[in-house]
Amino acid sequence: MSATAAISPPLWLLAELTYRCPLQCPYCSNPVELASAGTELTTEDWFRVLQQSRKMGAAQLGFSGGEPLVRQDLELLVAEARRLGFYSNLITSGVGLTRDRVGSLREAGLDHIQISFQSTDSDISELLSGSRKAFAHKLAMAEAVKSAGYPMVLNFVLHRHNIDQIEQIIDLSHELGADYVELANAQYHGWALLNRDELMPSREQLARAEEVTNAWREAHPNGMRLFFVVPDYYEERPKPCMNGWAKMFLAVAPDGLALPCHSARGLPLEFPNVRDHDVAAIWNESSAFNAYRGFDWMQEPCRSCPEKEQDFGGCRCQAFALTGDASQPDPVCTKSDQRGQIDAALTAANCHNASSSALQYRTWSASQSIITSTR
Amino acid sequence: MIDPASIPQLNKHFRLQWEEAQDCYVLLYPEGMVKLNESAGLILNCVDGSKSVGTIIAELAERFPQVEGIASDIEEFMTTASAQRWVAFS
Repeated sequence: MSATAAISPPLWLLAELTYRCPLQCPYCSNPVELASAGTELTTEDWFRVLQQSRKMGAAQLGFSGGEPLVRQDLELLVAEARRLGFYSNLITSGVGLTRDRVGSLREAGLDHIQISFQSTDSDISELLSGSRKAFAHKLAMAEAVKSAGYPMVLNFVLHRHNIDQIEQIIDLSHELGADYVELANAQYHGWALLNRDELMPSREQLARAEEVTNAWREAHPNGMRLFFVVPDYYEERPKPCMNGWAKMFLAVAPDGLALPCHSARGLPLEFPNVRDHDVAAIWNESSAFNAYRGFDWMQEPCRSCPEKEQDFGGCRCQAFALTGDASQPDPVCTKSDQRGQIDAALTAANCHNASSSALQYRTWSASQSIITSTR
Repeated sequence: MIDPASIPQLNKHFRLQWEEAQDCYVLLYPEGMVKLNESAGLILNCVDGSKSVGTIIAELAERFPQVEGIASDIEEFMTTASAQRWVAFS
């Protein structure tokens, strides 16, 4: 792709403010190499990124992490985002949130807070996040968010250790007065890929959870919206990841690395840094952002596939993680000659009795040892 | 069926905004965005929580006398907007 005119502007900016997090969830979507990231961007750096992205047309903004609440300048960033006309979403575990902060963020102009839950049960919650007090606090904060007038979106990451609690998850969300609930199975990137065999639900578990979700929807046609996301391993065609590489989504990592997907850090590309380049130059001209734009980069069977305009060949990160070549078709696709890897993982998930003792938690030291062992 | 006396109000969880880069109005909501076509943008701009559907129809019919069937277009849009929960009626 050469003509700048053909490049659509970024509409979504994901500002990953920090990789610091008080939790240690073993399905975290952060890269396993997070400990290798450089120093965090300053408030001024973020102001510049927000201004340049908004100027290009970005309208949706996610403040994420790690845990974005650990940034003391979060209110300043929210206020600047509001001034620029962004719709801003805070994606948080709720740990570190207080009633005061719910209020000060609202005053600064935050539009929405999404709280993620590990499960409905404090024991499993503790097991999966490594924090004993987290669950009760999350419940209190969900109530605070609701009473401050924000739309309430709850996010539950599903996996084999909590998916059987789907009724309780839905009931809890209903009691809390949620407007939207994401019942999102872990997608197997980063830490979740490392822990895949311990987290992947069985086919029966998945079918039952979907059935319960559908039954609730039918019984409550005007109720909260439930979004159920299956692990893509159970699909036959890949997801249209990011709606196409560098087509509408821009992530900026804590150290300023600009990425077309928040999982892309591990790909063998030279990602530009917002400290050195303007967002427009990064988006339009950098080799990394142009690497998988459009269709010319594709290999067979994608290149001649009639479905390529629907799924864009799937996920580049998944292709790289499983085949070692990011320009391969996403192995989820049954047309891929690598699909066997996905089927093998499913077979393992459907016959093996996973135990949570083998989970690898997302900690700084675990990341450091992963970096050392892969060098 | 939409009652012409009913008063639509924008769902408080949605924000209607003009987007220069997309050259259209959009509705922004938690982690999502709906691009509105020209007529949807015009209609939603009339929704202020005090005007009834009938008033909005009269207003737009006066502004666009050349558009045939504007009343049914607006009613149809209101039905969609209600199903999508962009607006609620009182």
